[in-house]
Amino acid sequence: MTATRSNPVLAIRNAEKQFGAVHALKGVSLEAHRGEVLALLGDNGAGKSTLVKCISGVHGLDAGQIFLEGEKVSLPSPAAARRAGIETVYQDLALFDNLTPAQNFYCGREIAFPSWLPAGLRFLSSRKMDREAAAVLERLKVKLPKLESPVALMSGGQRQAIAVARASVFARKLVILDEPTAALGLRESRKVLDLVAQLRVEGNAVILITHNMEHVLELADRAVVLRQGRKVGELKPDRNNQQQLVSLIVGAES
Amino acid sequence: MVNIAGDRPVEAGMTSEVRAHHGLSWISLGLWLLGVGPLLILVVLVGVIAALTPDFLKPGNIANIVSQTAVIAIVAVGQHLVILTRGIDLSVGANLALATVIGGLVYRQVDSAFLVMLAMVLAGGAVGAINGIAYVFGRLPHPFIITLAMLSICRGLALELAIGHTTMRGMPDAIAVIGGASSFGIPNSFFIVFGVALLIFVMAKAMVWGRWTYSVGGQPDAALRMGIPVKGVLISTYVISGLCAGIGAVVLAGRTEAASPLYGNLLELDTIAAVIIGGASFLGGRGHIGHALVGAMMIGVIRNALNLLGVDVFFQMIAIGLIIVIAVEADVLRNHLEGRARVLQAARVS
Repeated sequence: MTATRSNPVLAIRNAEKQFGAVHALKGVSLEAHRGEVLALLGDNGAGKSTLVKCISGVHGLDAGQIFLEGEKVSLPSPAAARRAGIETVYQDLALFDNLTPAQNFYCGREIAFPSWLPAGLRFLSSRKMDREAAAVLERLKVKLPKLESPVALMSGGQRQAIAVARASVFARKLVILDEPTAALGLRESRKVLDLVAQLRVEGNAVILITHNMEHVLELADRAVVLRQGRKVGELKPDRNNQQQLVSLIVGAES
Repeated sequence: MVNIAGDRPVEAGMTSEVRAHHGLSWISLGLWLLGVGPLLILVVLVGVIAALTPDFLKPGNIANIVSQTAVIAIVAVGQHLVILTRGIDLSVGANLALATVIGGLVYRQVDSAFLVMLAMVLAGGAVGAINGIAYVFGRLPHPFIITLAMLSICRGLALELAIGHTTMRGMPDAIAVIGGASSFGIPNSFFIVFGVALLIFVMAKAMVWGRWTYSVGGQPDAALRMGIPVKGVLISTYVISGLCAGIGAVVLAGRTEAASPLYGNLLELDTIAAVIIGGASFLGGRGHIGHALVGAMMIGVIRNALNLLGVDVFFQMIAIGLIIVIAVEADVLRNHLEGRARVLQAARVS
């Protein structure tokens, strides 16, 4: 089915995950490629979030493998996933309200010196971080009122844009977006969607979780549908198979 | 469907933009005022009191305020770090008392200012470490209970170790000089406050540790996901709070040339009050060293002024309580204004 024009950045083979009696993932396999937006679809409880949490290191898989650029990896923590080049933008708790955009950008991976000191005792290269964050926001055309004020003062869309921009800078392999527009109005959603398209142009692999069919049709190069922990379909979404996609999601196959 | 997002009636957009812009200017002004408010109030307070009692601005009285406020200021500097991470340290007062008693016991064995000071500071730090480790690894939902327990334990231990004495007279000369004497007309304790504050300021603002502390206070879950060693950061703030209590013990024992298991009574409330009325947020993540210092100064000035004016000591407690209420409401107002700012930003055509 998949057009394998390149080797997948991310490949998941037969992922299994169980939470007590709940079998959240039942042998799910999928691939993500550079320069491609993969929509991950499914009704609530289909296993999308669980799968994404396994990829971003929040949960471990019970069985199955994760390959990054052909190499088998284990991702025991979110920090390990980030080190491996996987960035995740969560719907909420994406940003630190009390920090500026630049401080948010580099939180947890501050540029600091001297390198012989333990990480926590190093001194921040604040000006360098400010400069580089500003350059990235400029490049991605994210407009913010003031770069030196805390993000608490910024709108939902501006905050989500900062989170996506941050992910794009540090993702060397894959950006995962978990319902990035769920809490946003129309205009602000627009901006975030443009940003997602920009991520693709810059050669990232993107996994997009969304409930919005319009966004899927507009952005996704490929869609994978999960239902009750199983992968039930994979296709290239367009206007003609939109109905098929919906019936795959809700499980009303004819 | 998609196009709707882009197309908006231009006129409606303009007016809402203009309105949003005006609203945001007012909110910025409001937030700025809330930011400098505590300092402003302190300045006004000093002006009013100076007008009421001519004694207030005499150098002797200023030095008096400084040395009386030094202990609150030093311990508040540690407390502000704990509050920054959404915590609270109720044990600081009892911790300080225990530290002076331990220092007093060491002094009975050896007349070494260095060893006595070391004992006090390390005792304080050890209590802080117990607070932090029990909080983090005991998986407690909030540090309130563990630090309350440590308050009780430290106070009891201090009374037990002092074997019935309420004061243990005598301190090495060097400690008495640190806590009680002046240099260049300025109380030495002021230099201790300055040194501690400067050190913590640099750590909080210029070092990675400080950035981590702010992020843990801002969003603990997100900090964990960003790979920040949240547990270590939390423990470190309680250790530093304890060390500050130990340093406060040196200053207080030096000024009084005595140790006492009764020292530091209600110091936890004074320091929390100082941090909050200085302008730090009780919700965590917001605040800096200036807040702790301004708040401590405000408490010192109010106490001193009401003394000079001959106002009853009970009224001092009421006055400080009222100021705390105002400070907390100011924090609520700040959150409200920030929420408004977010909405207005979204309404703006950018």
